[in-house]
Amino acid sequence: MNKILIANRGEIACRVIRSAQALGARTVAVYSDADRESLHVASADEAVHIGPAKAAESYLNIDALLAAAAATGATAVHPGYGFLAENAGFASRVIEAGLVWVGPTPAQIDAMGDKARARSLAEAAGVPIVPGSARFPTGELDGLEAAAEQVGYPLLVKASAGGGGIGMRLVDGPEQLRKTAEATQTMAERSFGDGTVFLERYIPRARHVEIQVFGFGNGRAVHVYERDCSIQRRFQKVIEEAPAPGLPQAVRVKMAEAAARLAASQHYRGAGTVEFIVNAETFEFFFLEMNTRIQVEHPVTECITGLDLVSLQLRLAAGESLDHLTQDSIPLAGHAIECRLYAENPAKMFLPSPGKLARFALPAATEGVRIDTGVREGDTITAYYDPMVAKLICHGATRDEALARMAAVLEGTTVEGIFTNVEFLRRVVAHAAFQRGEVFTGFIDAYKADLLA
Amino acid sequence: MAHEVELMTAGNMWKVLVKPGDAVKAGDTLFIMEVMKMEVPHEAPADGTVSAVNISEGEEGLDAGFVAVVID
Repeated sequence: MNKILIANRGEIACRVIRSAQALGARTVAVYSDADRESLHVASADEAVHIGPAKAAESYLNIDALLAAAAATGATAVHPGYGFLAENAGFASRVIEAGLVWVGPTPAQIDAMGDKARARSLAEAAGVPIVPGSARFPTGELDGLEAAAEQVGYPLLVKASAGGGGIGMRLVDGPEQLRKTAEATQTMAERSFGDGTVFLERYIPRARHVEIQVFGFGNGRAVHVYERDCSIQRRFQKVIEEAPAPGLPQAVRVKMAEAAARLAASQHYRGAGTVEFIVNAETFEFFFLEMNTRIQVEHPVTECITGLDLVSLQLRLAAGESLDHLTQDSIPLAGHAIECRLYAENPAKMFLPSPGKLARFALPAATEGVRIDTGVREGDTITAYYDPMVAKLICHGATRDEALARMAAVLEGTTVEGIFTNVEFLRRVVAHAAFQRGEVFTGFIDAYKADLLA
Repeated sequence: MAHEVELMTAGNMWKVLVKPGDAVKAGDTLFIMEVMKMEVPHEAPADGTVSAVNISEGEEGLDAGFVAVVID
């Protein structure tokens, strides 16, 4: 595996390039019209133009990506996250082209991509699942009311093909049920080409805790501890940390073992994340989904363990034996936290704010500080892709130390030319409830008077 | 009194739901931008009749503050 094409852009492309180069591999970046001058292009050994700014015609264009691989003699493809990272069709095409796919098998991506199938696989592996209903294909809502009674209110109507908060609607009682289910089907049919929905119990005060897993493709898998990602806006993560504050040790162990069991049962290959919803009061936990990719927030796990997860992905894909990576060999040291710096205006309901980074100054990455970004001062955050500007990651011996470092990093961050959430992040990190570790997915909404005023 | 509906953010035009001559009510969605993978709907600030539509579906690289729709 001597030349790796990274089918992505921005910070994750830069991140993958870094680990690939450290392993002595050559790297190929791809870019759209909007990314000609981007950092990931400058960081790679070679770069290939793959199409117009619109993602559908560039970063999601499988033919263009495979042509770029062929033209440069790339021998492997790393998909990053987002775009085609969890597209089994892309993985298959890469493999059929004779290239190494850095990721799980297409069958594994498929199995976990279908949420209802993922649930039944989790259940079979002895992983607790949220009470939920059977699936209702478009236009077929017979038995909906009875299914809702069994699941219990409040509940979520979820699009089978959705994800990341897209295609998910809350229903408080039977009166809104049918109308909401119909609307979700229509939306899902339009957005995903598949209107199938199902119902799932909603936990009012919930935490989002996920387990990083790594499978070796042979039935052996390890967990790499948990991350708490409860601080979210619009169902999207803003702050992540590891370990999860205040989670009883017995619960952490049970969750981690369940996640590793699921990965092992699938003979899962590579890095993956098993997401759980945790009742913040009772600490009951339920399987949500498994993501078959490297996650945005993987750096917090790397900070507390010293592992390089991207490097491990590449080494496994290259056929290297990772037999030495046993569960007992993975240390856990200290506490790490990540803040996502977004181009958005929190005061205007987090309205996206594309534009030119007239000024972009970050503190130096001193001890316990890591900054992952794909942009420099003078670059433009375009309207075409996601709003993340940088990931600010701090590590400390204790949570308090990590938080103190983060406060200093946020204080030292200056962005001009666009709106960002930096002041909002400062307020969350300084908030008394956050400092006490009282995180839950409704945190931002509950404290919006303190955070957004 | 004419109401000018400006783009709240830079971005791309995804859907335009009105045309000149349409009667609209306050709160009706006039058009939806697509910005950073997010839908950003723009609503009518008042009842009235659409007198100008200065944007079209699929337009890219629009600037914040651009007067997209005028309602009389």
